[in-house]
Amino acid sequence: MSLNASLGLQLGSLDLDAHIAVADGEVVAVLGPNGAGKTTLLRCLAGLVAVDRGRIELDGDVLDDASSGAFVAAEARHVGVVFQDYLLFAHLSALENVAFGLRARGVGKAEARGRASDWLDRVGLTAHARYRPQALSGGQAQRVALARALVTQPRMLLLDEPLAALDVGTRGDVRRDLRKHLDSFGGATLVVTHDPVDAYALADRVIVLEAGHISQQGTLAEVTAQPRSRYVAELVGVNLIAGTLRAGVLQTDDGAAVVTAGDTPDGAALAVIRPQSISLYRNAPEGSPRNAWQCTVADLDQRSERVRVLLGGPLRLVAEITPAALAAIDVRPGDEVWATVKASEISTSAR
Amino acid sequence: MSSFSRSGRVVALVCVIASLFAACGTSATLDSSLPTEAVSVGASVAPTTTAPAPVTIVVFAATSLTASFNDMKAAFQAAYPYITVTTSYGASSALAANINNGAPADVFASADITNMNRINTVGAKTPFARNRLEIMVQPGNPKGINTLADLARPGVLYVTAAAGVPIRNYSDQALASAAVTVTPVSLEANVGAIVTKITSGNADAGIVYRTDVIAAGSSAVGVVIPDANNVVAEYPIAIASGSTHQAEADLFINFVLSAAGQNLLTGRGFIGK
Amino acid sequence: MSAIYPGRSTRRRTRRGRSRPPVAAVLLASVAVLFFALPLLGIVIRAPWRSVWHIVNASEVRQAVWLSLKCSLTATSLSFVFGIPLAWVLARANFPGRGAVRALCTMSMVLPPVVGGVALFFSLGRKGLVGQYLYRWFGFMLPFTTWGVIVAQTFVAMPFLVLTVEAALRQFDPRLDDAARSLGGSPWYVFRRVTLPSIRPALIAGLVLCWARALGEFGATITFAGNYPGTTQTMPVITYLAIDTNPEQALVLSLLLIAISFAVLVGLRDRWLGTGANAGAASFGGAAS
Repeated sequence: MSLNASLGLQLGSLDLDAHIAVADGEVVAVLGPNGAGKTTLLRCLAGLVAVDRGRIELDGDVLDDASSGAFVAAEARHVGVVFQDYLLFAHLSALENVAFGLRARGVGKAEARGRASDWLDRVGLTAHARYRPQALSGGQAQRVALARALVTQPRMLLLDEPLAALDVGTRGDVRRDLRKHLDSFGGATLVVTHDPVDAYALADRVIVLEAGHISQQGTLAEVTAQPRSRYVAELVGVNLIAGTLRAGVLQTDDGAAVVTAGDTPDGAALAVIRPQSISLYRNAPEGSPRNAWQCTVADLDQRSERVRVLLGGPLRLVAEITPAALAAIDVRPGDEVWATVKASEISTSAR
Repeated sequence: MSSFSRSGRVVALVCVIASLFAACGTSATLDSSLPTEAVSVGASVAPTTTAPAPVTIVVFAATSLTASFNDMKAAFQAAYPYITVTTSYGASSALAANINNGAPADVFASADITNMNRINTVGAKTPFARNRLEIMVQPGNPKGINTLADLARPGVLYVTAAAGVPIRNYSDQALASAAVTVTPVSLEANVGAIVTKITSGNADAGIVYRTDVIAAGSSAVGVVIPDANNVVAEYPIAIASGSTHQAEADLFINFVLSAAGQNLLTGRGFIGK
Repeated sequence: MSAIYPGRSTRRRTRRGRSRPPVAAVLLASVAVLFFALPLLGIVIRAPWRSVWHIVNASEVRQAVWLSLKCSLTATSLSFVFGIPLAWVLARANFPGRGAVRALCTMSMVLPPVVGGVALFFSLGRKGLVGQYLYRWFGFMLPFTTWGVIVAQTFVAMPFLVLTVEAALRQFDPRLDDAARSLGGSPWYVFRRVTLPSIRPALIAGLVLCWARALGEFGATITFAGNYPGTTQTMPVITYLAIDTNPEQALVLSLLLIAISFAVLVGLRDRWLGTGANAGAASFGGAAS
């Protein structure tokens, strides 16, 4: 049950254009900022929206083909969906919710309840079978939603922000459980999320969707090691600088120069600077660093063992220093500092 | 919560007190509180150089008097410019009930004496017009109704009035005298509604007044009821005892009874008094 | 709620927290209550209680009650069959002129009922726009028949159901339909098993209001269907005519209608007030306990 989809869709201000392939048993996370089109993508795959261009194929069956006009309605696709907010039916008990998909497909009441009961057991909610959704906690509701989607043995599983509605405390446990269930599910799985930790914990592969287009794909390690967009860079907490590389010096559009080491060819390029590699000085530094920029402190974010300093000026940077270092330079927002980075600590890649 | 229940109690208390007053009070009728004037008062008023103060009188009249009393109103107001006449038409039974409930009528012109007797009057109940009955059918008489007996034919939709309305009693009398039993399909609130049902094409026939057939013009056709079975409806007119303008009411009644008034009635198809 | 001080009652705290309503508001409210209560109290107090049973048992009264119930329930059923789809279309389908269609379908709510009767007369009467064909081809006519009463009642009562249900459908999260369809439910199955049950309180309120309106319908009925005991003489019609000729009967009939309406409204109270909270299944992931 593998998914092969290339979709094009215009919806309001969103122009979605993406090609996605997910193999059997693979879990792919779709990561991206709000408004990127992640939910729209999911709705296309689920059959709730038809694509304008392209084609969706699941295990060889054409679900949607814009050119031929073929379209399989959502109820016929046999795709399981866990929605944001779970969307449990408030007038039905947890057991009836889980049994819904089976009953809708014509399975007899007794058998449907039996299978639903088994699944509730698997997610550890047997005691809550008779509860209405309003009486369930966030984590319990999420498990019911998952059971409801999986009991029908769908060909593909789509999850839209499955952990977003949970508070931080329960999120970890629920994530672990979810991973277990996804592992045992044989079909292709797509998880939409804005939290890279979810992507890390649940997915084998990550697709980064921004403004309707895929900006990066790969394993999470690959993506975060080589961020190709500001979004990903901010996600992983590194500084990303775009510019033109010439003879080892990256020139930004604002006129700043970053001296780099490395063998990326000349042309459009990205430079990644880890916040921890940046050193700050009150006065212009001497010594080996060839990268030294005079910046203005925009904000200080003091954590327990680290201080994040937001810098403005020729380059927008985030530097991370120890509290002791901060005390040594004694700066406040608005003050001028010198930021330096060793060229060897900067990684570059072609754009 | 308690502050709300306190105001709730105040509201309830106010309502209970008010309703006690309502229960104890007698129904207000105008007649008990007003002095009765002698009918001749109006006649002894000498014409003065200054115009009399404007007066409005209310005339309740049976539905069948609509056209003729509208004429009457215009002529009377022309003769007595300081008097304005307001008319209200309806089934005599309904009008009588309204008067008894306190409606401010000065004059009541009923289509039968039964309903006139239901109210309190001042002075005489004078017959001022008579009317004959006629069968009304649609133009062209599509169902071919020519006699009272034809009304009882299956498939004929016959409409009459509800109990108490004068035309109902009159038409029942006419049917009884011809030994005809008809089951109506509807009992209308007044004779005007009977006419509407027929002229709109929904009912086939009904017994109405001759004046109604005349007033309907080309929208309906009349079938004559032979004198032997016909009923003469006697219309009485009187001053309601609750009237506050009995002198002017009397002037109106005198006008109705005068030659001018009678002409207006016979012109519309009534038989004079 | 009062978990912080388990021993103390909560009454003290809420009393201190609430402000009392201003005196002017209470006075005006009392006038309003009186305005509604007095006419009803008038009937209750002036009713001939001793002869109530005898009057109610008169054959024409029993006929009128039975006819009223039969017709109003049929009118409500027709309103359900045609009104729910209409409500759905008005709530969900987006087409040009939707506002005009809604106004058209609910106009009978604001029209004087007699005007509605006149309109029915000229459209569905024996010589009406459509009625003439009904008569010519099928020999069927609506005036003077019980079906005429039902049509008149449906005409004035259906908008109550349509508006209530449409409002509830608008509040209902359409994503729940998506969830149901993704689980394999056909659009009809989803409507039956998810949408309708979720708007049940509003649906019930709408049906009851519709029924009550149909039961009390007078102007359109007497104008269009006429008045004949057993066929078209419903309770309001017989009451109207009785005022002039049999006031005691009118009082008792009014009492009966008031009792029915009161029972309906009292029974409906919670549903009606709860429409906002209950209609539209709330999606659920929030922590409850």
